[in-house]
Amino acid sequence: MKSPLDSSRSQPYRLATGGRIDRAKPLTFTFNGKRLQGYQGDTVASALLANGVRLVGRSFKYHRPRGIVGSGPEEPNAILQVGRGALTTPNLQATEVELAEGLQAGSVNCWPSVEHDIGAINGLFSRFLPPGFYYKTFMWPSRMWKTYERFIRKAAGLGVSPKEPDPDRYDRMNTHCDVLVVGGGPAGLAAALEAGRAGARVILADERRELGGSLLDGRDEIDGAPALEWVNAASRELASMKEVRLLLRSTVFGYYDHNFLTVLQRLSTDSTSISRPLIKERVWRVRAKQVVLATGAIERPLVFPNNDRPGVMLASAVSAYVNRYAVAPGSRPLVFTNNDSAYRTVLDLAEAGIPVQAVVDVRPEPNGPLPSRVKDMGIPVIGGHVIVDVKGTKRVKGVEIMSVDASGERVEGRRRSIRCDLVAVSGGWNPTVHLHCQSGGGTRYDGEKGCFVPDAPAQEERSAGSSKGSFALGDCLGEGLEVGAEAARAAGFGDGRVSTPVPTVEDRAEEPLKAMWVAPSRRPPVREHKQFVDMQEDVTAGDIVLAAREGYDSMQLLNRYTTLGFGTDQGKLGNVNGMGVLANHLGADIESVGTITFRPPYTSVTFGAIAGREIGGLLDPVRKTAIHRWHIEHRAVMEDVGQWKRPWYYPQPGESMEDAVNRECMAARNAVALLDQSTLGKIDVQGPDAAEFLNRVYTNNWLKLGIGRARYGLMLSEDGMVMDDGVVIRHGEQHFYLTTTTGGAASVFSWLERWLQTEWPELEVYLTSVTERWSTIALVGPHSRKLLQDLDSDINFEKSSFPFMSIHSGSLAGFPVQVMRVSFSGELAFEINIESDLALAMWQALMKAGEEYDITPYGTEAMHVLRAEKGFIIVGQDTDGSMTPVDMGMGWLLSKDKDYLGKRSLSRSDCVRKDRKQLVGLLSTDGTTILPEGTQLVDDPSAGIPVPISGHVTSSYASACLGHPIALALVKAGRARKGSIIYAALRDGRHVKAEIVSPVFYDPQGERQRV
Amino acid sequence: MKKYSLYGLIRNSFNHQENWPRVWRSLQPKVEYDVIIVGAGGHGLATAYYLAKEHGVTNVAVLEKGYVGGGSVGRNTTIVRSNYLWDETSYLYEMSMKLWEGLSQELNFNLMFSQRGVLNLFHNEQEKRDTARRVNSNRLNGIDAELLNTEQVKKLVPILNTSPDARYPVLGASLQRRGGTARHDAVAWGFARAADARGVDIIQNCEVTGIRIEGGQVTGVDTTRGIIKARKVAVAVAADTSTLASMAGLRLPIDTHPLQALVSEPIKPVMHTVVMSNAVHAYVSQTDKGELIIGAGIDHYNGFGMRGSYSIIEGTMEAVVDVFPIFSRLRLLRHWAGSVDICPDASPIISKTHVKGLYFNCGWGTGGFKATPGSGWVYAYTIARDQPHPLNEPFSIERFTTGYLIDEHGAAAVAH
Ligand SMILES: Cc1cc2nc3c(=O)[nH]c(=O)nc-3n(C[C@H](O)[C@H](O)[C@H](O)COP(=O)(O)OP(=O)(O)OC[C@H]3O[C@@H](n4cnc5c(N)ncnc54)[C@H](O)[C@@H]3O)c2cc1C
Repeated sequence: MKSPLDSSRSQPYRLATGGRIDRAKPLTFTFNGKRLQGYQGDTVASALLANGVRLVGRSFKYHRPRGIVGSGPEEPNAILQVGRGALTTPNLQATEVELAEGLQAGSVNCWPSVEHDIGAINGLFSRFLPPGFYYKTFMWPSRMWKTYERFIRKAAGLGVSPKEPDPDRYDRMNTHCDVLVVGGGPAGLAAALEAGRAGARVILADERRELGGSLLDGRDEIDGAPALEWVNAASRELASMKEVRLLLRSTVFGYYDHNFLTVLQRLSTDSTSISRPLIKERVWRVRAKQVVLATGAIERPLVFPNNDRPGVMLASAVSAYVNRYAVAPGSRPLVFTNNDSAYRTVLDLAEAGIPVQAVVDVRPEPNGPLPSRVKDMGIPVIGGHVIVDVKGTKRVKGVEIMSVDASGERVEGRRRSIRCDLVAVSGGWNPTVHLHCQSGGGTRYDGEKGCFVPDAPAQEERSAGSSKGSFALGDCLGEGLEVGAEAARAAGFGDGRVSTPVPTVEDRAEEPLKAMWVAPSRRPPVREHKQFVDMQEDVTAGDIVLAAREGYDSMQLLNRYTTLGFGTDQGKLGNVNGMGVLANHLGADIESVGTITFRPPYTSVTFGAIAGREIGGLLDPVRKTAIHRWHIEHRAVMEDVGQWKRPWYYPQPGESMEDAVNRECMAARNAVALLDQSTLGKIDVQGPDAAEFLNRVYTNNWLKLGIGRARYGLMLSEDGMVMDDGVVIRHGEQHFYLTTTTGGAASVFSWLERWLQTEWPELEVYLTSVTERWSTIALVGPHSRKLLQDLDSDINFEKSSFPFMSIHSGSLAGFPVQVMRVSFSGELAFEINIESDLALAMWQALMKAGEEYDITPYGTEAMHVLRAEKGFIIVGQDTDGSMTPVDMGMGWLLSKDKDYLGKRSLSRSDCVRKDRKQLVGLLSTDGTTILPEGTQLVDDPSAGIPVPISGHVTSSYASACLGHPIALALVKAGRARKGSIIYAALRDGRHVKAEIVSPVFYDPQGERQRV
Repeated sequence: MKKYSLYGLIRNSFNHQENWPRVWRSLQPKVEYDVIIVGAGGHGLATAYYLAKEHGVTNVAVLEKGYVGGGSVGRNTTIVRSNYLWDETSYLYEMSMKLWEGLSQELNFNLMFSQRGVLNLFHNEQEKRDTARRVNSNRLNGIDAELLNTEQVKKLVPILNTSPDARYPVLGASLQRRGGTARHDAVAWGFARAADARGVDIIQNCEVTGIRIEGGQVTGVDTTRGIIKARKVAVAVAADTSTLASMAGLRLPIDTHPLQALVSEPIKPVMHTVVMSNAVHAYVSQTDKGELIIGAGIDHYNGFGMRGSYSIIEGTMEAVVDVFPIFSRLRLLRHWAGSVDICPDASPIISKTHVKGLYFNCGWGTGGFKATPGSGWVYAYTIARDQPHPLNEPFSIERFTTGYLIDEHGAAAVAH
C-alpha cells in the first residue's frame, strides 16, 4: 500500500493531501531549541505532531512523559513557554497557539530537558505521595518548613513569568446586541443565520480562526455536499448582513449577571516579528438581550492504567489532526471506546489511508451502523474488552487488553497484546455547559446520553446542539435554527418561526454508549498502575478513592483535597470522570456526589487584556486645576492628593524643601502669598429646604446665617465622629454653596444625596457638584488687602464694608469674581472664587500686581504649617474617624437647640468618657527636635512591652515664624494635662521629651485674621 | 487520631495508603449537646477545637449547612498578619499570630503557614503618616513591624514598579516579617480533624433554620435534619450572620457584601513576600503551587449571592498590572466571590447577647481568616465561661450602644 504521508521528509507525519493548511506557506519554528517546519494554518500542536514530536512535556507531580491529548482548549499536557524576552508567555496550550514564522516554544517544568527530566524520580516515590501528602508531612521540625517550602515552591509552577514589562497593548470594547451567539459550529451558525434573517443585531463569536466548529474536524456532509460548503455559504450570508458581527479567534470567557458577557478576541497571533507596540488582544464587554449557547461538546477520555502515555489521544483530536491539519498522529492507531462516535475516527483514519489496528469497545456487541461499517472494512472490532495496560513510556508501543466479565465491572481471561503507536480514546461527550453554569444555570445528568446537560436557564439564554447534549448533526442544525429564531423573537424580531427548512444530513444512528468512568482492570484503582483522571494535576482514580476514604467524599472537598480540576485546563477532561470515580466508590449515583463549579473564565485570559489601557498614567484620572500649567512652569514639586495633583512647594534654585517651605510661610505671615485652593470640593445647594437640610447635616446652626455671609461648618458621621469640614456661604434665601475637603468631595456629595434621597425625601433640595466649575485662589498675608485695592475693582475691601466671614461679588482686574474673607492661615486673607476658565489669568494678574509686595506662591506644605501654627485641624490627618468635635476642642460648634446627624451618638457613654484622646499641641523640650508624624506618645519611657500608649503625633512641622518646631497630637485627657511632659517613642528606641501645650501656637486671640 | 508524619506515609505505602482513617467521622446528629456551634468555617471549627482542648467541653456539635470549609475559609486570599492599629485589635490578632506559629504541629496537619512577610505599600503623604503611626504602635505592642522606604521596598520585591513616574508612586511600606499566608482549606480540615478527635461531632449538610428560645434562654436549634437541643448555641456563620441573628430577633450592625478574588495560572516562583496596596488596591502573593493569588475589593452593594461584578475584577487587574508590569502577559485562571460580613468600625463582634446561652462571632469582614485560631480561642472561652476573655471584651455587641468603636478602617477595611 502506498504511504499516505507526504514524501518530503521535513514533516514526516504530514499527510500528502487535504487539511486546512496552506502548503505554499511553510513556517519555521523551534521547539526546545530544535528547528522544525509547519504550515500556515497549523497550531503548534499540529505542527509538532506533523514532525513526529510525541513527547511535549512532563507532568506536574510525577514528571511523567506526556504528549498531546486534545486539539483545543481541553489540552492538559502540551503546556508551553512561547516567545522570548519581553514577549515570552508561559503556559500556553500547544493546541491553542497558531503557528507563526520564527515562533519559539519550549516545554515547561522539566530539567534539564523534557527527554531526561530529573524530576521523574518523583515517580519512584509515588507510593509515598498519596493525594494531599503534603498535609501529612513536612511538619517536623517546625523551623524546617521554610526550607521544605523553598524546594516545594521551586518544584511547583509551570512556565516562567516574563522579566520585563509587556510591550503589547490591549483594548476594551463595549457593545450591545440583540442576540449573542456563542460558537460558530453547525448549531451556532444556524442560530446566527435565523436571528440575522429576522433582523436582529447579532454577534457571533467563535474561539477558532474560522467558522465551522466541529465541522472543520470531520468529514460530514450537509445537503449532499461537504459540510464546509454549507459553512462557507452560511459565512457569506452572515457577512452580508449589516447587523451581524462576526468575531473570530474570540473566546466568550465570562457570563455575568444581567446578560453581561465578556469576550477575549486575539488580534495579533504573531509573537515574534512584528514591530511593537501592537494591540494583542481585545476584551469585548457585551450586553446581550438574548444569548444562544452553541458551545459544542468536549470528548471525554477513558480512564485506564497508564492512559497518560504520549500517544494516547482523544478520538476527536485524532480526527481533527487528520482532517483539519492533514497530520497523522500515528501510523498504527488503535481505538478504544465505549460509544459509536469514535468509529467516525476509524473511518477518518481509514479514509486517510492510515490502517487502524483494532477497535477495542467495552460494549459486548457493538453493532450499530457505524461499527458495522467499520467491520465491513475488515478492521477488527473487539467487543467487550478494555485496555488494561499501555506499553511504552515516552511513546505508546502497544496495549494489553482483557475481556470484561458479565458484571461489566471486572476483567477476566487472558491478557492480549496489540502493537500500536497511537491510542484514540472516547468515553463519550461532555456538553460544554460552562457558560450556562456561569450564568447561574444548573445541570442534570442524562443517563441515556451519559452526560450532564444544561437544566433550565437562569438568564435570557438558550443552549442548542451538542452543548445541550444533542450530538447528531441534524439535531444541531435544527435546534440552532429554532433557538436562533426564538432568541430573535424574544429580542423583538420576527415571529419565532424558522424561515428555512433544516438542511438534510445523513446522520448515522448511534447506539447508546456504555458510561464508564474508569475502565475495569485487574486491580482496584488504589493498587493499579496509574489511571489518570486529571493529567495536568496528576490525579489518578486511586487518588480519588483514597481521598474519599479519608472523608473528602463530596465533589467540592475532593476537588480541593486532590486538586482535581484545578489545572490550567480547568478540568475540562477530568472533572466528570472524577465525579464518576467518586460515585463508583461511594456506590452512589453520579448526581448525588456534589457539583462541579464552573468559574470564569472559560479559558485563561491575559491579565493585560482585562486591565486594558487603564494602567500607567491612565490607571486613575489625573485631576489638574486650571492653574496647573503655571505651577509646573514655576517648578512646583507636586503632591498627589486623591486624584488631584497639587503644588507641594515651589523650590527656587538651590533651595531645599525646608528652605522653600520656610520662605513661603514667612511670605504669608509678613507680606502676601497665594495658594491654589481649587481642589476643595464645592457643592451648590439650592431649594426651599436648603437651610433646613444644612441644619441637619452640620452641627451648627444655618437658619439665621445672613445672605452674603460665610460660616465654618462641621459634619459628623452617624456615630458622632468628625467626618468633614468646610466653609459654607449663603448666596440667597434658598441658595448655599458649601466646600468640603479635597479628599472628601465625592464621599460628602454622595453622603448628602443618600440622606436626601433615602431618609428625607420630603426636603426639596438640589445638589450640584461645582468643584471643577469654580477655581479658588487664596490670597494671604498682611498686604493682601492692599494688593486687591491696587487692582481695578468695584468691591470695597475695607474692613468696615468687608468684614471677616463675608462675601462680595464683583469684578476684579476685569474678571467677575466672588471674594470671600475667610482664613485658614490666621492671617488677613481673601479667597477669590472665579470661573475656572479665567482662573489662570486671574492668578497671573495677582502675581503681576503682587510683584511690588514680593508676592509668593505657596503649596500644600506651607498651607499645612500655617494652619498648624494656628491649631486648625485637617480632617483625616488630625482626625481618624474616631474623634468627636469635643475631642478636637470644637465643642462650641455643636448646637444645643437642634438635631443634627451624629448628635445622639455624642451622648453615648464612651463619647463622654473623661480620658478620651483630645487635640493638644506639643513642643519638644529641647526646642529643636521635630517629632515625626505618626509617633506614639507614652508616659513612661521605661515601661516594658506592651507599652501603654497615651496618644500620637498627627501633625508636626518646623515653624519658621515661631523659630521652633511645633506639633499637634491626640493625647488621652490631653486638655487637662497642659504643661505636663509626655514622651515621643521613636522607632530607634529613643524617647523625645515633649511638653503638652495649647494647640494654638500663633496669635491665640485671632487678631491678625480680623484686621 | 492517627498521627500524620513522613514515617506514617512511608509505613502506609506498604498498604497503598489505604489505612488512613477519616479526617472526621460521618455522623448523625444527637438529640442534645452541651454546645452547638453553627457554621463549620474556620472560626466555628477552631471554636469547637478550643472548647474541647482548653475547657474540656466535648459534647459539642458543629452544624454546617454545606460542607466543611465551603464558606469564606475556603475562598479567601489567605493573608495572615497582626499589624493592626488599635491596641484592642492588635492584641487579638497578635494572640492569633502566636497560635498560628505552632499550629501545624499542634493540629498535626500541615497548614503550610508560611511567614514570608507582608508588605503594606503607601502611596501618599497621609498614608505614610498612617503607616508610621501603625508601625509605631505595633512595635510598642510587641508586634514586629518595620517601616521601609522606596529603596528598601525595591530591594525586597524587585519586580515591583517603584518608578517615581507611576500614577501613584510607591513611597514606602510597612513590613511585618512574621506575616504571611497559610493554606486555607488545610486550616478548616486541620481544625475539624483535631476537634473530631476530641469528640466533637461535625455534621455536614445540616442547615440551622431556627433558634429556639424559651424565657430568654436558648434551648436549641431547628435544622434541616430536625430539632437539636442545647443550652448554648454559638453562631459563627460569617456571611450569613444577619440571617441567623434575625432568627433570634436580633438586629446586628452588619452589612454583607460580595468580595472577590482571583488566581493566575501557576508559574515558577517570582514573588516571595505578600504585597498589599490600599491606595492602588492590589493584593498579591504567590502560592506554593505557583499561582498568583490576588484579592479584589468588595462590591459596594449588599448581597449574599457570592457573585461579584466583573468591573471589580477589571479594577483589580489594572492595579496589579500597574504595580507589577511584568505580570501583564500572565493569565487569569479563575475568579470567584465570597460574601463578607462587615461592621461599621471594621472590627469583629465576639460577644454574648441578651439571650442567655446565645453567642455571636461575626463581623470579620474582609479579614477574618488570619484571626481564625485566636477568634476560636477567645470564643471558646466566652462560651465555656459565659463571660468574655479580656481580649475579646472590647469586641462586644455593647460597643455600638456605648460608642466604644474600634475603627480599623485604615488597617482592615480594604485590606485583607
Ligand atoms: C475573597 C475573599 C478574600 C479574603 N481574604 C482574606 C485574607 O487574605 N486574609 C484574611 O484574614 N481574611 C480574608 N477573608 C475573610 C475571611 O475569609 C473571613 O473573614 C473568614 O473566613 C470568616 O470566618 P469563617 O472561616 O468562620 O467563615 P466561613 O468559612 O464562611 O464559615 C461560615 C460557615 O457557616 C455556614 N453556615 C451559614 N449559615 C448556616 C446555617 N444556617 N446553618 C449551618 N451553617 C451555616 C456556612 O456554610 C459556612 O461554612 C477573605 C474573604 C473573601 C471572601
